[in-house]
Amino acid sequence: MATKPSFSEEVSNLLHASHGNPLRTCIQCGTCSGTCPVVEFMDHTPRRLIGMINANLKEEVLESNTYWHCASCFHCTVRCPSEIDIAGLMYGLKRYSIWKHQYPEGAIGPVFSETFVKSILRSGRSYEPVLAPTYIFSYGVREFLHEAHTATNLMIKGRLPVLPPRITRLENFKKMANRIIPMGGA
Amino acid sequence: MRTYSYFPGCSLEKMAVSYHLSAMETTNKMGVELKEIEDWNCCGATTYFHVDELLAYTLVARNLAMAEKTGHDLVAPCSACYKNSYFGNAYLKEDQDLSDHINYALEQDNLHYSGSIEVKHLMEVFVEDVGLEEIKSKITHPLEGLRVAPYYGCQIVRPRKDHEDVENPQFFEDLMSAVGADPVDFTYRLRCCGGSLIITSREAALSLVRDLLQSAADKEADVIATACPMCQTNLECYQMTVNREFGTDFSIPIMYFTQLLGLSMGLPPKKLGIGTEFVSADRILTFAKEKV
Ligand code: SF4
Ligand code: SF4
Ligand code: SF4
Ligand code: SF4
Repeated sequence: MATKPSFSEEVSNLLHASHGNPLRTCIQCGTCSGTCPVVEFMDHTPRRLIGMINANLKEEVLESNTYWHCASCFHCTVRCPSEIDIAGLMYGLKRYSIWKHQYPEGAIGPVFSETFVKSILRSGRSYEPVLAPTYIFSYGVREFLHEAHTATNLMIKGRLPVLPPRITRLENFKKMANRIIPMGGA
Repeated sequence: MRTYSYFPGCSLEKMAVSYHLSAMETTNKMGVELKEIEDWNCCGATTYFHVDELLAYTLVARNLAMAEKTGHDLVAPCSACYKNSYFGNAYLKEDQDLSDHINYALEQDNLHYSGSIEVKHLMEVFVEDVGLEEIKSKITHPLEGLRVAPYYGCQIVRPRKDHEDVENPQFFEDLMSAVGADPVDFTYRLRCCGGSLIITSREAALSLVRDLLQSAADKEADVIATACPMCQTNLECYQMTVNREFGTDFSIPIMYFTQLLGLSMGLPPKKLGIGTEFVSADRILTFAKEKV
């Protein structure tokens, strides 16, 4: 009879393309936490999060803001003595939490990621990833006004496109994406 | 004449058009031809990996397949495009199942990728393929006395690709010395600028930007040089926001390495896209003096 995989096994399975060692080889040395530039904004350090995954603390891990604060800078990954791809793990947790619709309250990351991806699938190109989403999301009026101010300045300097760019063979592009993930009417 | 397939990436279409212009001008002067890939698509930045890894590699593969048709290696000026394309290419070459699956999807656009080309960052083309000696021979207006902070950021050096030095790379400094400038050694030259955290985790991103600017200011840098449109945007466009929120008064121009290179080759600033920045680069222009 098949047994249900543990949370740590599930997470390890998410990492098929990040060519690092499995999480259980973590020796809890803390090099990742010491390296991480955003650690002070995380509720659990990367080291602790990995410990929590290995202890199968699923709810606590998914509720943590740690992986949504990860900037994907790969600094931890290149330093880990056990050669674990920690940045890849953070990506994996983002995907997992999006699938399960389970993430910390108030996180902007999930909506941002999904909207960004949909916009690429619609046009084949992206509006500026750094700024365009500020048109789409109103994440707090104050922040929005700040970003809108920056965006307006860019418009004046001619550095933002007025219309979203598109690729030419868009129909083929969408069919291609559909062979990977059937998206319905994306 | 060296020829490459050029994948500008979304940022260079508009936001970072000055990077595009200066890349074209400087490569042209070096006898390098950048041929834009027909109908290229967005590579998915880092965000794509949050949602689906396989689709992210499929996006990369479509660009690679179109580049392969020309027979030329793919060159990306954006560090994020470079990293995605580099690793996508490596995985497609070593994993037959992955490559079969993705090629099945590419059929829909009448494309196929067989894995015969390499992926390079624009800076690699200058430093490794053209070479510093060749570059030096083209410098007519050395940027003498210019204190430049060469900012690597993340994805041009990380993750590790081969056996290169990820902790203490020197190629950016070497290139800046080649154009006659003085590279300063600043603490955060390899630290992340926050990338798309500016959207999802604003407070963290702004503090990274502040730290970086401070670290360059501590070394009295006249300018920060970058090799990535996202780094440039973060450091420049959010400089005022940082000043407002942290009460600092930074005013450090953030320029692409190709703009500094172009100035040192005597190219007119306008052709290098200089003049559309928020933090004026006028003062930097005065360093480009004709060699006597
Ligand atoms: S650096 Fe690697 S081994 Fe050390 S705590 Fe982090 S993940 Fe574990
Ligand atoms: S990749 Fe993420 S967890 Fe690792 S050091 Fe960078 S921000 Fe921190
Ligand atoms: S890095 Fe960004 S903007 Fe550039 S092509 Fe890739 S995703 Fe699109
Ligand atoms: S420094 Fe930040 S924005 Fe620039 S490439 Fe690295 S992650 Fe991206």
